[in-house]
Amino acid sequence: MALRTPLFSEHERLGARMVPFGGWDMPLHYGSQIEEHHAVRRGAGMFDVSHMRPVDIEGPEALAFLRYLLANDANKLTTPGKALYSCMLNPQGGVVDDLILFFRGAGRYRAVVNAATADKDLAWMQLQGEGRRVRISRRDDLAMIAVQGPDARARAAPLLRDGLREAALRIAPFFAAEDQRWFVGRTGYTGEDGFEIILPSEDSMGLWRGLAAAEVRPCGLGARDTLRLEAGMNLYGQDMDEAIGPLESGLSWTVAWTPEEREFVGREALKAQRDHPERRDFVGLLLTGRGILRPGQAVLANGRVVGEVTSGGFSPTLERSIAFARIAPIPSAHCTVVIRGREVSARVVNPPFVRHGTIRVTL
Amino acid sequence: MSDVPADLRYTKSHEWVRNNGDGTVTVGITDHAQEALGDIVFVEIPETGREVEAEEACAVVESVKAASDIYAPLAGEVIESNDLLNDSPDAINNSPYDEGWIFRLAPNDMAALSGLLDAAAYRQVVEDEV
Repeated sequence: MALRTPLFSEHERLGARMVPFGGWDMPLHYGSQIEEHHAVRRGAGMFDVSHMRPVDIEGPEALAFLRYLLANDANKLTTPGKALYSCMLNPQGGVVDDLILFFRGAGRYRAVVNAATADKDLAWMQLQGEGRRVRISRRDDLAMIAVQGPDARARAAPLLRDGLREAALRIAPFFAAEDQRWFVGRTGYTGEDGFEIILPSEDSMGLWRGLAAAEVRPCGLGARDTLRLEAGMNLYGQDMDEAIGPLESGLSWTVAWTPEEREFVGREALKAQRDHPERRDFVGLLLTGRGILRPGQAVLANGRVVGEVTSGGFSPTLERSIAFARIAPIPSAHCTVVIRGREVSARVVNPPFVRHGTIRVTL
Repeated sequence: MSDVPADLRYTKSHEWVRNNGDGTVTVGITDHAQEALGDIVFVEIPETGREVEAEEACAVVESVKAASDIYAPLAGEVIESNDLLNDSPDAINNSPYDEGWIFRLAPNDMAALSGLLDAAAYRQVVEDEV
């Protein structure tokens, strides 16, 4: 039996097509995935992301624990509210999960982890935290709604309580503000401005309906996937996993090598990978021929297979197919992708494809 | 319930077939199929003149979700394909039985048309799926 978010009945009422995702029944779309995508690029859309799991990490050794647990350095978080994106690695340098970590105050952090990996993540964190003075609390009592798009903050702000509203409108991107009940991050997975609001489950329906009344369009996982692809953001399990680490999935920037004396899980393995001559690149692809790029398709350069597509699909903003691919370094930007037995031309580009409503690659 | 016009024939793989009365049939995918696929973003139409067997994959419809083969409902020759779909694949979503047609076929044996599903039988196929 799949899990249901507190907004499940609302999705059904809105006529969503529901699909299984990471153990949950989630909305794929509410009619048109492409229109939902455009709503986020041009106005405001909202996503029920209550399947994602907040995990509170607290205690006198919380910072030391996180500096050991994560490949990015939690010590970078010096201002309360600041967020950090990081991979949590295994000793082989593969990715257990990717997460966002918020600093809430001395010895108080909140991570948000993926739905499908939440059980595994919690077990891993508990194991790494053994013998340390740190409390790791899985927050199944909380829901999460992402409000994204150029108009998202303005539409959401009136629904925040006094005090929190002013604070939420003041914070810079990748910061959070909170009051006793709600936690508002200026974060997201779309490449647009907006909030991700973590709140008690019983408050979620009120916020959702308030946003709907403010003409924020409900959006499903389908639009979430094309938005994050255009924005150049990785999807765990597809672009990286327990066997493929950050250096081969475009996430080198999230690995904090300095200070050198900081030990973290996977550091030794990553170091060996870093210096390996056959390390693959993680690139963006823009399909110049006709068709749709899909995960698993082979990428060829000069008639030789050099790698494969990890995430791919149709980009509603570019009206072209785009993808991420993991490939051996190639001399030119030109390659082909095998789509249904046929080689179709593509060009290597640097993600993101789209940010803040603007196309960032040459078509 | 999706739209299932009474005057068409159908396949279990969700193609519809219209008898044009001139020895040709027109083929597309049903309203139920387009709804299940979601937004359609790419269509590969068959080449004119291509000879196809019954149930042979001869076109591809790709939605935001996945690629799906479209099968020839009858053996015959493709005599026309819908070029509109190259630029407006979403015509299949918006108008599955009219502007969203995919190809026209001259069947080798027009009598075989009566072997396909009628609207009531297709409706049953759809109901059995859910």
